[in-house]
Amino acid sequence: MTLLSVENLRRRYVSTGRDIVAVENATFSIAAGETLGIAGASGSGKSTMARLLLGLMPPDAGKITFEGQDWLSLKGKDLRRQRSRMQMVFQDVLGAFHPTATVGETIGDPIRVHRTVPKPQRTREIARLLERVGLSSDFAGRPVYELSGGQRQRVAIARAIATRPSLVVLDEAVSALDVQVRNRILELLVELQREENMSYLFISHDLAVLRAVSHRLAIMDAGRIVETGHTSDIIEQPQSAAGRALVAATLRLMPGGRQTNTIQQSEPTYDI
Amino acid sequence: MKLIQKFIKTPEGIVGIIILSILITLALSAPIIAPGDPLRIAGRALAAPFSDPSLPLGTDRLGRDVLSGIIHGARTSLLVGAAAALAAIAIGLMIGLVAGFCGGIVDEVLMRVVDAFQIVPGFLLALAFVSVMGASLPVVVMAIALGAWADPARLTRAQVLSLRERDYVAAARVIGMPPVEIAVKHILPQAVPPVLAVSATIVAAAILTEAALSFLGLGDPNSVTWGSMISEGRNVLRSSPWLSIMPGLALIVTVLGVYLFSEGLTKAMTRPASTDRSAPRDGMTP
Ligand SMILES: Nc1ncnc2c1ncn2[C@@H]1O[C@H](COP(=O)(O)OP(=O)(O)O)[C@@H](O)[C@H]1O
Ligand SMILES: [Mg+2]
Repeated sequence: MTLLSVENLRRRYVSTGRDIVAVENATFSIAAGETLGIAGASGSGKSTMARLLLGLMPPDAGKITFEGQDWLSLKGKDLRRQRSRMQMVFQDVLGAFHPTATVGETIGDPIRVHRTVPKPQRTREIARLLERVGLSSDFAGRPVYELSGGQRQRVAIARAIATRPSLVVLDEAVSALDVQVRNRILELLVELQREENMSYLFISHDLAVLRAVSHRLAIMDAGRIVETGHTSDIIEQPQSAAGRALVAATLRLMPGGRQTNTIQQSEPTYDI
Repeated sequence: MKLIQKFIKTPEGIVGIIILSILITLALSAPIIAPGDPLRIAGRALAAPFSDPSLPLGTDRLGRDVLSGIIHGARTSLLVGAAAALAAIAIGLMIGLVAGFCGGIVDEVLMRVVDAFQIVPGFLLALAFVSVMGASLPVVVMAIALGAWADPARLTRAQVLSLRERDYVAAARVIGMPPVEIAVKHILPQAVPPVLAVSATIVAAAILTEAALSFLGLGDPNSVTWGSMISEGRNVLRSSPWLSIMPGLALIVTVLGVYLFSEGLTKAMTRPASTDRSAPRDGMTP
């Protein structure tokens, strides 16, 4: 079943007289429970795509259908209510937290805004979410800036799943983490996806990460989606120049080839 | 708090806070250390300073106690300065927040109003306002605030515009938080500190403006002010210069204290924190 479908999405930036086409004629879809990886070099338009999907900026043209609704026609209060269905994990996790907030306040915000549980049960719900992402409930009282990178990422994930969304957009969500922490976060994400039946739009410049989590891949180059297909097909035989360049860059970083992939156990085992 | 610790380490901050503490103590305890109406006649006219132990700073043309006038004048100066600056900053914060957050036509209109107020010199504005409304403390406070709110408004708007683009505001929108809550809880608290850093300069300017208005006879006629004391001393400037010099010194010390305080505050706020709270910000997006 199609959860999200994007048709001919387009977005330009006008900066100092220059026109930059950040997303051009992008078309793709994501099925329920599926992870679509979006790979692309820096500046290929991946973050712009994320911001368009999350309604953080309007597109110049195109259509987004999410959970059967015309997503772009939603406004104001209706949009805010529906936002609980699509959440996001940002790359600069700390920058995406209120600077002086505690962990509990950060996770409590979506619970409070969408009243996912009655007020008296909020503390318990925050504790449940913390444990869900592998943190002790004692974390609730700590300021977010005191946490380590991996802990912050877990809090960001807890906040994103607090409203039980059907789609989570992850923009370079593990790129700032070192390899061990990154692998544990990827395992957590794959596990959460199985249990909650969420879809992921997983954005990364790193094919090694995408190979571990994505069922399908889309390759972006200069704002266009130049190639889509099953992850293994694209990695083995990229059709586009941009795809070949990304694969070559990944292989170069992993001289041992396949066996350096430390997260095989979380590799998707089912096809969509 | 870290900020207070860092503030106390700056020499400017220390000196500033000492001067201001003394002034505020003087102003608050004026009825005790200089009891009675400072405008009443206390002795013979034009007594020189240090000649009579009961009138340490002498008397003016009408025989009023100069020391008592200066102490009570500190009340007016500090009260008017602080109240006017508070009003100016409150108005500026409100207007700047609304302009920056709403954007579009609301922003355009508000910023043109800000422009208009910035073009007219604040002192002229205050002068005109008091001449029309008549001199009384609240009018003087409003008059000074009227000429001083534009700067904090512009500063607040710039802060809001930059904060709006931050990821944590985007994250709050993604959560579905209502715009008013985002403005009040996520943007306002972060936009305020830089505006507060310049607030001391606004206080200093307000104190000077009040003195200037009083000097021109446009202050509240029922309270002693340093400006009116300087103005009256002017008539006997040759024979009794201290009558103008004393309140003038008080004014200089006050403005200096406020200025040093603000310097210390700015230094404490811009000095890097001992513990690093900042993560790598955007711009290193691969
Ligand atoms: N706010 C902006 N104003 C102008 N140009 C922008 C802005 N944001 C991104 N761009 C440009 O749009 C293009 C795509 O950027 P982005 O979506 O961030 O790509 P990616 O996330 O793949 O690195 C880049 O050329 C970038 O310079
Ligand atoms: Mg990006």
